[in-house]
Amino acid sequence: MDAMTGTAPPRTRPKVAGPLSPLWPFLLLLAIGLAMPLTGNAYWGLIATRMAVYWVLVAGLNLIVGYAGQLAIGYVALLTIGAYTTSVLAAGNVFPPLPAFAALGAAGVAGAVAGVVVGLPALRLRTFYFAMTTLGFATIVTQITLAWQDVTGGGIGIAGPEMPEPLDTTWGFLYFCLGFAAVCTWLTANIARSRFGRALVAVRDAEVAAEASGIRKPRLLVLVFILAGALAAMAGGLFATLQTYITPDAFTFDLSLLFFIAILIGGRGSILGPLLGTVILTLLPEIAAPLAAWSTFLYAALLLVIVLAMPGGIAALIDPRSRRKLPENRVITPRTAALDALLGQRKVPEPMRLSGIVLAFGGVRAIDGLDLEVAPGQVHGLIGPNGSGKTTTLNVISGYYRPEAGSMAIGTNPLRAGDPEGRATLRIARTFQTPRLIGEASVLENVMIGGTIDGTAGFAEALFALPRHRRDERELEARARLALEAVGLADLAAARADRLQHSELRFMEIARALMLRPAFLMLDEPAAGLSAEEIRRLGALVRGISRHGTGVLLVEHHADLIFDICDQVTVLNLGKVLAAGTPAEIRVHKEVVSAYLGA
Amino acid sequence: MLASIIASGLAVGAVYALIGITYNTMFATSRVMSFTAGQLGMLGGVFGSMFMLRLGLPVLPALALTLICCALIGVVTEIVAVRPVLKSLEQHLYVLTTLALALLIQHTTAMEWSTEPQPFPRLVNFGSGIWDEKYWLPVVVCIATIIGLEYLYRRTLVGRAFVAIAEDNFAARALGLPERNLRMASYALAGAIGALAGFAGGQLLLAFFANGSLLNFYGFIPVALGGLGNNRGAVIGGFVLGLFQQAANFMVGGIFSSVAVFTLFIIVLLAAPQGMFGAQAARRV
Repeated sequence: MDAMTGTAPPRTRPKVAGPLSPLWPFLLLLAIGLAMPLTGNAYWGLIATRMAVYWVLVAGLNLIVGYAGQLAIGYVALLTIGAYTTSVLAAGNVFPPLPAFAALGAAGVAGAVAGVVVGLPALRLRTFYFAMTTLGFATIVTQITLAWQDVTGGGIGIAGPEMPEPLDTTWGFLYFCLGFAAVCTWLTANIARSRFGRALVAVRDAEVAAEASGIRKPRLLVLVFILAGALAAMAGGLFATLQTYITPDAFTFDLSLLFFIAILIGGRGSILGPLLGTVILTLLPEIAAPLAAWSTFLYAALLLVIVLAMPGGIAALIDPRSRRKLPENRVITPRTAALDALLGQRKVPEPMRLSGIVLAFGGVRAIDGLDLEVAPGQVHGLIGPNGSGKTTTLNVISGYYRPEAGSMAIGTNPLRAGDPEGRATLRIARTFQTPRLIGEASVLENVMIGGTIDGTAGFAEALFALPRHRRDERELEARARLALEAVGLADLAAARADRLQHSELRFMEIARALMLRPAFLMLDEPAAGLSAEEIRRLGALVRGISRHGTGVLLVEHHADLIFDICDQVTVLNLGKVLAAGTPAEIRVHKEVVSAYLGA
Repeated sequence: MLASIIASGLAVGAVYALIGITYNTMFATSRVMSFTAGQLGMLGGVFGSMFMLRLGLPVLPALALTLICCALIGVVTEIVAVRPVLKSLEQHLYVLTTLALALLIQHTTAMEWSTEPQPFPRLVNFGSGIWDEKYWLPVVVCIATIIGLEYLYRRTLVGRAFVAIAEDNFAARALGLPERNLRMASYALAGAIGALAGFAGGQLLLAFFANGSLLNFYGFIPVALGGLGNNRGAVIGGFVLGLFQQAANFMVGGIFSSVAVFTLFIIVLLAAPQGMFGAQAARRV
């Protein structure tokens, strides 16, 4: 069978599950909530309402903790801000009294601002520092509510806002909160399944790959902080109504823990998991009433057990993808035909030139006056012994290192040093020596990360799943399936990426890079760990890519592959160019043979 | 007034600095920032009060017992909350495990000891006014601790082994250093230093369970300001923080002084994320 030229037979495409599928658990929970009045027990109605209110906060926080992996622990601060903003505005302590709904909206705005303020340190600080600042923030907010007596009532407290009819009864308010929670679930699920949600997970699990795909972490996180802050503060407003009267004592650290642990119990990168976590943790003190005084202890013990014993949380237990068997004896069969559809006819780019690049680490000159030209439509091999500066060169081109001297340009346009997130816009794509993947996401989602910058719909459009966003998603998915087809992984689209073999991950990284329809593609030892047959297929794939106009820069140790597929070869030694020319010239170059190729 | 600001500022600053050193000592051998640092300081006060006032022991045996108990808690921290998550350091799970353990310690103290601040006895009964024991004792203990640590790290074999592990974990293990035992020893040492902080500052802070999270935060600031793992930076940062906090206390009042401290902390950190004396973090490509 000639796998390289065969066209794709029609096949059933494995469906990739979204965050709300299956839908029935969500509907079941909602139905139970809606059926609460049938019990006639107002106390249970109260608890169901509390669950819904907590979930409004947790749903937003889930995007920060569960998706972006930022350890925002002190989120009770946002609940406090929302509760007090709503109550103070509705009571008219500062301005003329506002209706409850307007106060709730104002709280959302205040929460959005506060969410960014709480989150800002995450953009610059290390994880532990950020966790610490969120805790500090929670303490500060409580102290301010105590001290600012004229407005907040200090330790005496303030009455929560009253809802208008018919929402002012137990059941009316329950229905309102359930509706609110359902909408929040839908909104956060929209984000989770959009390119923004995938980018959040990429920032968490594969930050370097995210940068190479053009994902700008600060911008992305600020958007999510705004959303989560607004939802948390509105949850605070609902909380104030539910409590009917609030004092600073109501906003204990226990609540912060509850929100945070609900997400961890639920599992990262899931929506159903944290929802179940919220339900369980809200119920826990009710079921175990004698333990109420020990609730902090209970939560802390739970946190310890989860992290140590089941880091995947509920989501890992209910995720069918981690159990379904993948076919054995899988073969990677790239189909260059798919490349035609994927890369198509493009304007041929100008060549990329590096001249006089110098980069030193401490006293070691890792690159010492390097000149290199990568022409479009050609495969350029970069070889040399370990430590000769091959990967360092790739890192300079992709902006991770700033050279101390020298210049880079594409055609006549200079290529800015640094700025790794800007390379994707210039259609410069790359793979990594160790594959950078999001283990918990599907192969398809991993590949779609590569096309993030080609989305046209903004965050708000994704939030409400507007038509432009849906078209973006369809296009990205179609392109990702083409890319998977091209590298030969189409059958594994729905599988979790961490279940793939090493060689498959290397091809998956190439597919992710192809999503950019790259003008230049840099491959860092793509053949490492591949079998001889896989190397042959890789070679044909790389050649196929270059024949569609892409300039390929290939760092490799397999001399056979280099000499088979390269149009030009540059040999590095100790950061300097030892030789450059066609494979035929390099093969007989005296110094190269003695220094590197041997024999 | 200035004198009392300085006296109390240096005193609380010394306690913060000692907690900062507790953080650093744990960090050095494990690359883990542990939320239990402040709890160890809190326990120093609680155990001291318990041994001396409830059980009526003299000062020195009480001190010895307090140090031993906290050192044991340090070892437990290493076994329960640090060792299991060291393999995946980049996932920062230690933030969660040490937080959980810190909360367990704090809550158990609240339930089994008291939820109200309990008295802590005078230890040497010397000095009054701004020269009161509660002001000078923490400063003296802090200086003695830092001198002792310098001696340990520079002159003793165990100390040098700590430094070796802190500098390059892999190389140290390749040389055959018993990395795990040294890590446990450093956690025991950190426990003792934390206990010393709480014991020396007992008159100032009393034996109160809520000191744990307070010290956790205020002890972390010197570390953040001085740079991770830098003990001298932590001491300077601690004294600066103590003086700033007490000055703010006198000028704008208790609640807004903590707002002032927090704001300053955030601003300094955003301006210099690696601290004033810390090194730039390396790239990870």
